[in-house]
Amino acid sequence: MKKENFIWNSIKIGLVAGAIGIFLCLVGMVEIFSKRDVVKDVISLGMFLLLATSVLAGFIASRRTSDLLEGNKAVSNLLAGTFAGLFTGIVLALFVLFSSQVNLRAVFLNVTPALLELLTFGQGTDGVWQILVFGTVAGLVGGAFLLLSPSIRKPIVNAVMVIIFMALFSSLFRVIMVNQSGGIEKAAKYLFSQTGLTANGGLIFFFGTILVSVLRSSQAGKVQNLVDKLPQKGKLSLRVASIILLAYVVIMLPNAAGPFIAQVVVIISLYILMGLGLNIEIGFAGLLDLGFVAFYAIGAYTVGLLTSYGEFGLQHVSFWVAVPIAVLVAMLFGGLLGVPVLGVRGDYLAIATLGFGEIVRLLAGSDFMAKYLGGPRGIIGIQKPCIGTLGEFVAVDVPRVCNGIELGKPQEIYFIAIASALLIAFFSYRLRESRLGRAWMAIREDEDVAEALGIKLVQAKLLAYMLGAAFAGLGGAIFATLVGSIFASSMQLIVSINVVALIIVGGMGSIPGVVVGAIALIGLPELLREVSEFRFLLYGAALVTVMIAKPEGLWPSQNIRRELHREEAAPIPSETTS
Amino acid sequence: MSILNINNVHTYYGNIHALKGITINVEKGEIVTLIGGNGAGKTTTLKTISGLLQPREGNVLYNGENLGKYKAHEIVYKGISMVPEGRGIFTSLTITENLEMGAYSRDDTQGIKDDMERVFTLFPRLKERRNQVAGTLSGGEQQMLATGRALMTRPSILLMDEPSMGLAPVLVELIFDTIQQINQQGTTILLVEQNAHMALSVAHRGYVLQTGEIITSDTADNLRNDPAVQKAYLGME
Ligand SMILES: Nc1ncnc2c1ncn2[C@@H]1O[C@H](COP(=O)(O)OP(=O)(O)O)[C@@H](O)[C@H]1O
Ligand SMILES: [Mg+2]
Repeated sequence: MKKENFIWNSIKIGLVAGAIGIFLCLVGMVEIFSKRDVVKDVISLGMFLLLATSVLAGFIASRRTSDLLEGNKAVSNLLAGTFAGLFTGIVLALFVLFSSQVNLRAVFLNVTPALLELLTFGQGTDGVWQILVFGTVAGLVGGAFLLLSPSIRKPIVNAVMVIIFMALFSSLFRVIMVNQSGGIEKAAKYLFSQTGLTANGGLIFFFGTILVSVLRSSQAGKVQNLVDKLPQKGKLSLRVASIILLAYVVIMLPNAAGPFIAQVVVIISLYILMGLGLNIEIGFAGLLDLGFVAFYAIGAYTVGLLTSYGEFGLQHVSFWVAVPIAVLVAMLFGGLLGVPVLGVRGDYLAIATLGFGEIVRLLAGSDFMAKYLGGPRGIIGIQKPCIGTLGEFVAVDVPRVCNGIELGKPQEIYFIAIASALLIAFFSYRLRESRLGRAWMAIREDEDVAEALGIKLVQAKLLAYMLGAAFAGLGGAIFATLVGSIFASSMQLIVSINVVALIIVGGMGSIPGVVVGAIALIGLPELLREVSEFRFLLYGAALVTVMIAKPEGLWPSQNIRRELHREEAAPIPSETTS
Repeated sequence: MSILNINNVHTYYGNIHALKGITINVEKGEIVTLIGGNGAGKTTTLKTISGLLQPREGNVLYNGENLGKYKAHEIVYKGISMVPEGRGIFTSLTITENLEMGAYSRDDTQGIKDDMERVFTLFPRLKERRNQVAGTLSGGEQQMLATGRALMTRPSILLMDEPSMGLAPVLVELIFDTIQQINQQGTTILLVEQNAHMALSVAHRGYVLQTGEIITSDTADNLRNDPAVQKAYLGME
């Protein structure tokens, strides 16, 4: 009875894994990722996905078996893993056979001959049996993996993760390293290929990580001891040193890594700005806003109108004057939006703001406003910032000649973006600790009670909108300058959704959470071109995963953490606070 | 002059006529209770006083001044503080932080400190748990916290909405003891209750509210002996 049970269980797991495999094929991931290598000439990223699915199926089946049989009988574990892997393979093999007979492409665009070629290791339907072998072996490996002792398992998992990470970002590391001279450049060629790791690189990272993991688990205590033993002053200088190191990396990065990386960092910073702005509305004051892109657009258009030497430029002030004005204009619109929607709560507020966002985008792109905003042609010729004489600081020739340092390239705008993000993060932090921050918090928790405590609802909510809008306006202003042009079509609803998503993933109300969320949801897809094809799939997966595994977000604020883990929150021993 | 006059107040929710011309007087230093069943309009009355709802007809006078022109937060500044129904504490904040939130309308640091001590003297249980997250408190402790938080505005009149709701009898008694204590320290109290028995035992006077109308009012002792009240609200035949 029990025996059948565990085998049937493994088969089920195998079937599910097979379905996942088919899903990965149907959405096109396998094929697209197969152009990237994990380790060149050994395994492509696409194949790795399928391999990982099968191995995982084997591992899970094996673990279930241990639970079911209440013991760790090696043979049954291996058997379970094998069955799970075999059935993963069977499902995939059937998929290949089926789609080679029936033309699925009419519905599933991604079922290309190339995909089938790939799945059968280039041998057509005759090679289908190989899938079964592939699956079975993978399942067996997964099942066997459970039998290893954790002290061996962990370094191996770490090593595989490091390899995947390195392979995914190989182009990033490669670019940075190749830009250096001498040994580093050679090392880059040795470790990384154009598409992933080289075989040598794979070996080095694999055994390197294993070595480090093993060393760390045996030496971790000692290192911690050393740090603990440091005198107060030593600890401080350790912290100062790490801050200096970080600052050094931040300052050197754009030159070392080149324009592409710099641009990615700028875009992350812009989303951090927007995230911090929306965080005031959603995270601090609890006002859901789905039209946030409107303020971004307003900031961008204001800078466009004030600095463009194209036909729509109204004025030709410098970037440094235009940006504060853009921030103020965005803030004003924040207030304007705030007034009518103040009385609206919850879901209705989300819909009202959603409408606002769309109105701004449609108006900006409309023929009606085309005389002023360029309609679909947008505003072009936005001037770059220039650090020059005081006169140039204000008024600007058309077209501008910068006699000082022009900050035109992404590597230069980078510094403006990073500085703005830092400034706004600091400002956000101060706001949260302020009286206004407390008022927002009370409103978020319970509007009626907040009012009954003497909090001015109207004022506090309006300020939330205005400050949120101001931050987004700054983001938009920098964006316009970075790109040099703006089009209404880039102010889509999806921008607002991105910002909401990054706040949720990072942790509502948390300032570091915004940074983490922006890096995870904006930075990663920008860096991994292949992944950006599946951006929305990734968002969905990230949101669902975060909601299930860590509903408070990746880097939650203290309040949310306390709220969600109330039952676990042991009463804090009362300290001697005033 | 009464501290609070509610004169012929009519309050509506859209078309629903929730208060149908009620008149209530509260003298300085009193505990006045407003008793009535579910849906009688007790909460509506308190919300109308504190400015969360506007009367469509009639007015509320505080020390002779019409409150109609003030917003809810301004009324708090004037010295009227409410302990809301269901307590409305901030569950993710600690006790101390909740109390600080209560002092939002003030900026005299020393005074706030003093009042916090006063609250802790009234409710020693809160002091023990001052750094505990409010969401982890028991119902009774939450009621204490909500009351303490309302006191942090240093009100001259405290509006309490069903403080006994959902509490064990022992705790109800404790809360009502404290209500009397607060009153003896000089705060006027308007106490809304379904638990007529307890309310009438601490109050000086009482009003009985039924479907938006005051059906009777008298001293607490007389109400307790009133057969109609006994039948309807004190569970006696
Ligand atoms: N927000 C609301 N919208 C519409 N009707 C309401 C609302 N709140 C209360 N009411 C109605 O007003 C009447 C009085 O309610 P309430 O003051 O809450 O009663 P009590 O506090 O005495 O139980 C009830 O009939 C109730 O249904
Ligand atoms: Mg009520």
